[in-house]
Amino acid sequence: MYSSRYPPVALKDEEMKYLTIAAGLVMATTAHADTPVLNVYTYDSFTSEWGPGPAVEAAFEEVCGCDLQFTAAGDGAALLARLQLEGAHTDADIVLGLDNNLVAAATETGLFAEHAPLNAEYALPIEWDDSVFVPFDWGYFAFVHGEALEDVPANFEELAASDLKIVIQDPRSSTPGLGLLMWVKAAYGDRAPEIWAGLSDNIVTVTPGWWEAYSMFLEGEADMALSYTTSPAYHLIAEEDGTKASAPFDEGHYMQIEVAAKLASSDQSDLADQFLEFMTGEEFQTIIPTTNWMYPAVTPAEGLPAGFETLNTPSISLLTPAAEAGTVRDAALEEWLSALSQ
Amino acid sequence: MGAAAVALLLFLTFGTLIAVALQSEGVARLSAADWAAVRFTLLQAFLSAVVSVALAIPVARGLARRQFWGRSLLITLLGAPFILPVVVAIIGLIAVFGRTGVLSDALAIFGLPPVQIYGLHGVVLAHVFFNLPLATRLFLQGWLSIPAERFRLAASLNFGPADMRRVLEYPMLRKVGPGAFMLIFLLCMTSFAVALTLGGGPKATTVELAIYQAFRFDFDLSKAALLAMVQFGLCAAIAIAAFWVTLPASMGVGLDRVTQRWDAMRTVSKISDGAFLSTAAVFLLLPLMMVVVRGAPTVLTLPGPVWASVGRSLIVAFASTVFLVVLALPIAIWSTTLKRRSVGAMVEGMGYLTIAASPLVIGTGLFIISFRYVNPASLALPVTILVNAAMSLPFALRSLVPSLLDIEQNYGRLSSSLGMSVWSKMRLVVLPRLKRPLGFSCGLSAALSMGDLGVIALFSDPSQGTLPLMIFRLMGAYRMDDAAGAALLLLLLSLSLFWLFDRGGRTNAAG
Repeated sequence: MYSSRYPPVALKDEEMKYLTIAAGLVMATTAHADTPVLNVYTYDSFTSEWGPGPAVEAAFEEVCGCDLQFTAAGDGAALLARLQLEGAHTDADIVLGLDNNLVAAATETGLFAEHAPLNAEYALPIEWDDSVFVPFDWGYFAFVHGEALEDVPANFEELAASDLKIVIQDPRSSTPGLGLLMWVKAAYGDRAPEIWAGLSDNIVTVTPGWWEAYSMFLEGEADMALSYTTSPAYHLIAEEDGTKASAPFDEGHYMQIEVAAKLASSDQSDLADQFLEFMTGEEFQTIIPTTNWMYPAVTPAEGLPAGFETLNTPSISLLTPAAEAGTVRDAALEEWLSALSQ
Repeated sequence: MGAAAVALLLFLTFGTLIAVALQSEGVARLSAADWAAVRFTLLQAFLSAVVSVALAIPVARGLARRQFWGRSLLITLLGAPFILPVVVAIIGLIAVFGRTGVLSDALAIFGLPPVQIYGLHGVVLAHVFFNLPLATRLFLQGWLSIPAERFRLAASLNFGPADMRRVLEYPMLRKVGPGAFMLIFLLCMTSFAVALTLGGGPKATTVELAIYQAFRFDFDLSKAALLAMVQFGLCAAIAIAAFWVTLPASMGVGLDRVTQRWDAMRTVSKISDGAFLSTAAVFLLLPLMMVVVRGAPTVLTLPGPVWASVGRSLIVAFASTVFLVVLALPIAIWSTTLKRRSVGAMVEGMGYLTIAASPLVIGTGLFIISFRYVNPASLALPVTILVNAAMSLPFALRSLVPSLLDIEQNYGRLSSSLGMSVWSKMRLVVLPRLKRPLGFSCGLSAALSMGDLGVIALFSDPSQGTLPLMIFRLMGAYRMDDAAGAALLLLLLSLSLFWLFDRGGRTNAAG
């Protein structure tokens, strides 16, 4: 998904926010009355300079007559915790960046509302029929490595047996981290704890978000990072660097479908619906592949950008149905924690 | 006022604990990973204390018996980690000991593989960096407290190094050692920022960090509360144990003398002293130099949000300093003017409670009490200000109370006989004489608050963070140059704040 190399601290939005606060004492009331504000909580890299954020903001503000504000609040899973923490006091109207594994847990919180009917033609690998959560992109998890790597492992067992250094994300705060947990569980079932015990000495560190892990990998702190089969497209298209590749695993690759939803407490319900519709529309979906570096949820008229055809396509796709994901997650998390805390 | 301040303090320490206890009631037991966190917390604190003490002994001995160029500078420097922000040190340590750091580069020349800093050894390394200087100062005081005449006498009796150790040095070490060990153990128990940045996942998680994760990752308040109870129990147990061995005073004066040692003239001991002293100096200085070297190019071109966080940090530093004075002065005055000295001592003792308190436990309690009524993010700065003030209180009382006792003894009766009102006594007699310890306390508090990365991480949303939190995020995104620039800025700000207040207290200080 988010291969932009600059972190959330350089956000235009945040700077805007400070300016707004500074000028706020004088102007806030009138400005607020004129333009409604739509607050979107999302993960760090979505709002970065090179992520989809700026383009999406410009495009939506042209049609909505509103002020779209992104707030970067950690990686996907931490987003959900953040919303629970803020409860009914939250300023968020939309959360963007949860995924299929979190849908059940998110529904349980009762914080989200049904969206207005959409008629999107999803190009997802599975049927999507959820009245609350709207998909905006999808992809396959994979370990990404550089050119210098010899003997690329072909599955988790080979990886565990190697002395390659990897960085992964914490499944409690990050959706890729959670995806990896579900991946190992889907591929190995009851053998998952054994696999994790084997991987334990390969893991340099566990980062709270995707961004931290991928940055560490790019800086040479690890041989591989957990990311997506689509991540090499960033290096190929944006940097004209064809040396990064994802390692195809023969036990299959786990899929992720990223979703957004409207908060029940939102005071901009109509605007939020308008955003969700915009999100599945042509303009937003054209922005996604070359900024978030994921497959679009609805294929744009022009198809996928050149370069995407070079990416690995897994022969086996793994996915735990959203309804079971919550139960599987809890058990798998317990296993992961005990295997890695030994 | 003193009573109000003590009441607030009791609320912060025990009130929040009650909130936590109620929340954790009827919750599941600790999981295997939680027990691993407990074990890791104790293990890293034990190792950090052992290594710090073991290394401090030869370094302190070298300092006690050698005169060399830069000795007093080195001793001053040993006091610096006290006001050095943790994130700054971590940036420096990564620049030296990280996989792409100076040490790995040097190893590569000899064809050796790079080193890793994440995990247990990284956490212990950072703790030793902070506590080796503290332990060294304590032992140095110990050595210098042995009267020079005894060494002279021992020399005239032809004592060799072994006799010297047995008769003079071991008894001193036995007296100072356990206290130093317990103090460092206690400080490392509540370490949060180090484990947050240098821990390597579930394998290297402290209880303090587990509380944060239960909050920010799982939003499992009951789990957070249960872990907070565990943390409180551990700290209380260690604090009680520490009480038995009596903690040494950490602010020593008169470290500038060198003891003449006839037994240390041998080449072997000269070489070993030199080796320990230079290794310690390099270990302490190199990371800070790396922060300066890496940070200097970017410090003036830091992105806008970093400067905004500087503003927030300055607000936190000043506000918590003001708040510290509001807490510390009434408590100190109340405890020194109470008729019965034992009650006064008890009041003063309350002020020291926060030494063993965990900021995250207090934060958890405040969160549980408040989150139903307000958006926690809006409380981030006020809570940080409050907790930072409470955390610097013990240091402030330690420097204020003795001065107040002096003032009371020397001028108390005179003021009473002149029939001075409480306020005119404060204005004319007490405050002018209290300037120096007050300035020192304020400086310490401002510097500590400026660099704190603890409870803010629990409450704050990313766009409202302080400078240390911003540095943590820059590090996370691996923008090490910007992180180093911001760290250099933080270092300069912390040191200048301390200098400013401390200097302010020294100028025109009476008495």
